Amino acid sequence: MVATLCKRFGDLDIAEEAAAEAFATAVERWPSDGVPPGPGAWLTTTATRKAIDRIRRESKRDDKQKEAQMLRYDDPDEVGVVEDERLRLIFTCCHPALAPESRVALTLRMVGGLTVAEIARAFLVQETAMGQRITRAKAKIKANRIPYRVPAAEDLPARVSGVLAVLFLVFNEGYLATGAETDPVRGELTAEALRLTRLIRALLPRDGEVAGLLALMLLTEARRAARVSPGGELVTLGEQDRGAWDAGLIAEGHRLIRERLATREAPGRYQILAAINAVHTSARDVRDTDWSQVVALYDQLVRIDKSPIVVLNRAVAVAELDGPEVALAAVDRLSDALDGYHAFHATRADLLRRLGRSAESRSAYDRAIELAGNTAESAYLARRRDQLRA
Amino acid sequence: MQYLVTVVDDRTNSGTEEEMVAITAFNERIQAEGHWVFAGGLNGPDTATVLDNRDGRGLVTDGPYVETKEWMAGFWVMEAPDLDVALRLAAEGSRACNRKVEVRPFL
Repeated sequence: MVATLCKRFGDLDIAEEAAAEAFATAVERWPSDGVPPGPGAWLTTTATRKAIDRIRRESKRDDKQKEAQMLRYDDPDEVGVVEDERLRLIFTCCHPALAPESRVALTLRMVGGLTVAEIARAFLVQETAMGQRITRAKAKIKANRIPYRVPAAEDLPARVSGVLAVLFLVFNEGYLATGAETDPVRGELTAEALRLTRLIRALLPRDGEVAGLLALMLLTEARRAARVSPGGELVTLGEQDRGAWDAGLIAEGHRLIRERLATREAPGRYQILAAINAVHTSARDVRDTDWSQVVALYDQLVRIDKSPIVVLNRAVAVAELDGPEVALAAVDRLSDALDGYHAFHATRADLLRRLGRSAESRSAYDRAIELAGNTAESAYLARRRDQLRA
Repeated sequence: MQYLVTVVDDRTNSGTEEEMVAITAFNERIQAEGHWVFAGGLNGPDTATVLDNRDGRGLVTDGPYVETKEWMAGFWVMEAPDLDVALRLAAEGSRACNRKVEVRPFL
């Protein structure tokens, strides 16, 4: 509804406030008057009226022509229209003129409908600071007249990659939530990211990276139920109950990857990451994993993304193929770049443990636990550390 | 809607002949397309004079009001329907004058 209103009125604040007013009116009236036959349409119509009232009150200085344009009506209940408007809103929220952290926050607020408090918690920021960040971003959209529309064809590739980055961040925050107070896995965030990525895919069915990100999310989401133990501890890929994986999501993800392979186009980052996940989800047992294929895919990924995190993940696969000693040598070369990253220390701890270097492993686990933001991950790391022989 | 596109530089009068040719071509194009409002190059900050006449005393000071490492070397005022169009024009302007530019909307 906010997306529909936003399209019509070209103003995020008016749209949000009108929607809130309409809900308040519904809460007041429905118990006595009864729920109207089309509650969604009723809310949208009411909100539209509230917004027009508000603009009339405020727009003595504004030109009448603009107002007349705002009164234009189209069917608010038509799903296609609503979805189109959500898409426009995503592109506005992910506009490159906004700071990256604002894009994520604004997308979650305006498109995902999360509260400021929820977003603040997800990103470990004070609620007031998050509120200010969102307010600033909305003010910038308004002052600059950042348009509510799907960008022109020539701008689309660059703009889509910005949107994908935001959706990937939202998904990851859901899949490995930070914060001592939050659930370790937040299904509402992963579900929202998936839903929005499907929307982008409907817009750009031939875009390889869109398909790649969707496949990556599907194959990751498929493992969600197996990822945290009943005791609230993270379960690593190798130890997961593969029977608990969602076969439907896996089949959909694999289908997307086959479709991409058939195009013979060079894959981008998301497609390669999706392919790595496809190798994992193709193995019925962890011992059946085709590690040489995983390492080959990481080699391909390193060629387009030399970031130390990619090199670290490659080393995890190398440990399975060439043994922990080779992997540890590769990991140790990353110590300058990744000293503040919990996964670096967790990986080192695991490799040192496998090499029987318990004391070094213990201190690496300590460091990883200190840096880990996810409660389930901390619990897993603590158990592993405590199992080390003295 | 109008946008100020500021050309950012760290040297004064540093424009080259080639840059001037590219800027002129760009200017002619945005004039033809109806985006042009006004544009101009500026002398360096060392030629600036600051006035404060708020209390009627007409205080005059030599130099810019704030010393910076980078400053406005020139500007365009452009007409564009929204920021996407303004950014595309600004990107072409940046390329033509071979400098960074900053885009700001008018109130």
